[in-house]
Amino acid sequence: MSQSSQERATAQANGVMQLFQLGGGNNLAGLMGFWAVLFVFFALMLPEAFSRPGTYQAMMFQIPELGLLSLAMAIPLISGGLNLAIIATANQLALLMGWILTTQMPVDAAGAELALWIAGALTSGLLLAVLIGTMTGAMVAVLGVHPILVTLGTMTLINGMSIYLGRGTTISGFPEPLLALSNGTVLGIPWSFLMFLVLALSVHLLLTRMPLGIRIHMIGSNLEATRYSGVDHRWVLISVYVLSSVLCWFAAVVMMSRFNSAGADFAQSYLLITILAAILGGIDPYGGFGRIAGLVVALAILQTISSGFNLMGLSAQMTLVFWGGTLILVMAVKRIAAARRARPRVAAAKQENTA
Amino acid sequence: MPEFTRIFARTEAVLAVIIVLLCVLFGLASPFFLTLPNFADLIEAYSVTTILAAGVFVVLVSGGIDISFAAVASAGQYLAAYVATSYGVGPVVAIGLACLLGLGLGAVNAMLTHYLRVWSIIITIATSSIYFALLIQITGGSEIYNLPDWWADRIVFLRWDFGPGEFVRITLPIVVMVAVVLLTHVLMSSTRIGRQVYALGGNPDAANRVGFNILRVQLFAYGYLGTLAGLAGFIQAHRVGQAVPTAMAGTELGVLAVAILGGASLVGGIGTMGGVVLGVLLLAILQNGLNLMGVSPFFFDVVIGLTILISISLTSFTARRRRQRKMGDAA
Repeated sequence: MSQSSQERATAQANGVMQLFQLGGGNNLAGLMGFWAVLFVFFALMLPEAFSRPGTYQAMMFQIPELGLLSLAMAIPLISGGLNLAIIATANQLALLMGWILTTQMPVDAAGAELALWIAGALTSGLLLAVLIGTMTGAMVAVLGVHPILVTLGTMTLINGMSIYLGRGTTISGFPEPLLALSNGTVLGIPWSFLMFLVLALSVHLLLTRMPLGIRIHMIGSNLEATRYSGVDHRWVLISVYVLSSVLCWFAAVVMMSRFNSAGADFAQSYLLITILAAILGGIDPYGGFGRIAGLVVALAILQTISSGFNLMGLSAQMTLVFWGGTLILVMAVKRIAAARRARPRVAAAKQENTA
Repeated sequence: MPEFTRIFARTEAVLAVIIVLLCVLFGLASPFFLTLPNFADLIEAYSVTTILAAGVFVVLVSGGIDISFAAVASAGQYLAAYVATSYGVGPVVAIGLACLLGLGLGAVNAMLTHYLRVWSIIITIATSSIYFALLIQITGGSEIYNLPDWWADRIVFLRWDFGPGEFVRITLPIVVMVAVVLLTHVLMSSTRIGRQVYALGGNPDAANRVGFNILRVQLFAYGYLGTLAGLAGFIQAHRVGQAVPTAMAGTELGVLAVAILGGASLVGGIGTMGGVVLGVLLLAILQNGLNLMGVSPFFFDVVIGLTILISISLTSFTARRRRQRKMGDAA
């Protein structure tokens, strides 16, 4: 075999691998291909349901909560950390805002007064989010301990405070305008879904186009090198956890409006699923790499599996089994692709040595 | 006082001092606290946590994190309860099956971690979802109440009576817990495979180059945790008298916190079984003492969260001081 044909064969093989290669820059294409396969599968299995716009609207109603929480998890992951406290934070913020809206606000508040009360409640929630984020980030930065430990502590502490102050009760019955966020639609698209898309795009732009975003990637890739290049890692880390907590605040608002209630034990099962979504979306659990677009496609994959199984009459448990299975499958494909990429290089090096 | 600071550089010593201080404090606050019956009850209440923490400790030392043990324990518990009630098998077969299932599921974790080369916390998040969901799917979420007598009846090995209503019982969970702690300690400090776990966690590259069979060490660590999880599931059902598929759900991070509190590191290679026992003891004493002092149970999580944060701060500062001193010595 001549050298050029050998090269062409290798290039072809690489091209095929790249299509399905889920690591590195071509992550997105592989994920979208996977999503397309899933989509075609369910469309063939459920031709009637998948031709109804209502199915897609239902999906769009369901994505924002998990989506926003996954964004809140993704930023710390890219910085080389993890925020185990996202659910606890979202619940505490929802409880605070709910407490203001149900006990402090006069029952007959309407018009401008109502708007002012809602704005006040939302602002208090946002302030608390910034406070939680700042303290978490400061602890991660100053202690130099892995964020899993710090956020394991803050998660337990925040949960404990929510349970202690709320006596484990749920708060419900929020004003109408707040509920509209998760019930209202524009051109058939839920408001909450639009909000999620805008926020995902903002986080994407922040991470790829702004100095802070680049620094977040840098400290995730190599903290020491970033420090030596003159970046104050402490401010970057504090920003990471403030951003994460603020995204939890958005998630809290969506959850309040969707469930019309708030409690300390809501959505606990989402914690691990946000990590699953982020890793599936190609975010490196060791930090430094990952794109929000991948995360969004991963969420679409998870939601398609969930909706499709639901429509096929399979239980929520089977959905969870397939979510977990998908994550392992994606990692296996990545591993094989990485091995394939490494092999030609090793072979080439051997050839050079023998020559 | 160089000697003094050196002692405090060890997590175990810090924990021991805090525990003694807490004992004095709670002992003064409540006369019931420093009594043997209270202490025996306390140990029994934390027996399942300690058994699981022993397994988690081994995985942590190997440089991994496994959070699927709660799902594994629940699966083992349910399998044992199912064969015991439906086929009437005896304790040896039931416990053996629970441990075997745990060993198998642990081996799956080890192999996925090894061959996919992904951080084990990610693998076990996935397998934990799969194990738990499959368990609920297969069982339909139904409990098994009619456990056989040999399982549900309290087994007391020793009993001392002090007076009316005051007694100390050494029960099955306590005996099993002590056996597991001793076994883990011996395995980790005095056997070849135990030392290999430390070496792998301390420096995986070096362990690989020295010629360790990494997969074998990982299979040992995750398999050991799985086996202990099966055992813990059995003991948990023994204590509450029923098998529930979701019995252990949500205990993952608590057990992990205890092991880390006891000095096991997330990056692997360090920690002792004694430290982990002290970590469990610290949380147990805090919870029990606050309870006896009449503090609202709603407040426990706040205290536990603060304890974790204070403990990692102390460890972080002592580690930093040690590093600075080392640099000073070198200069």
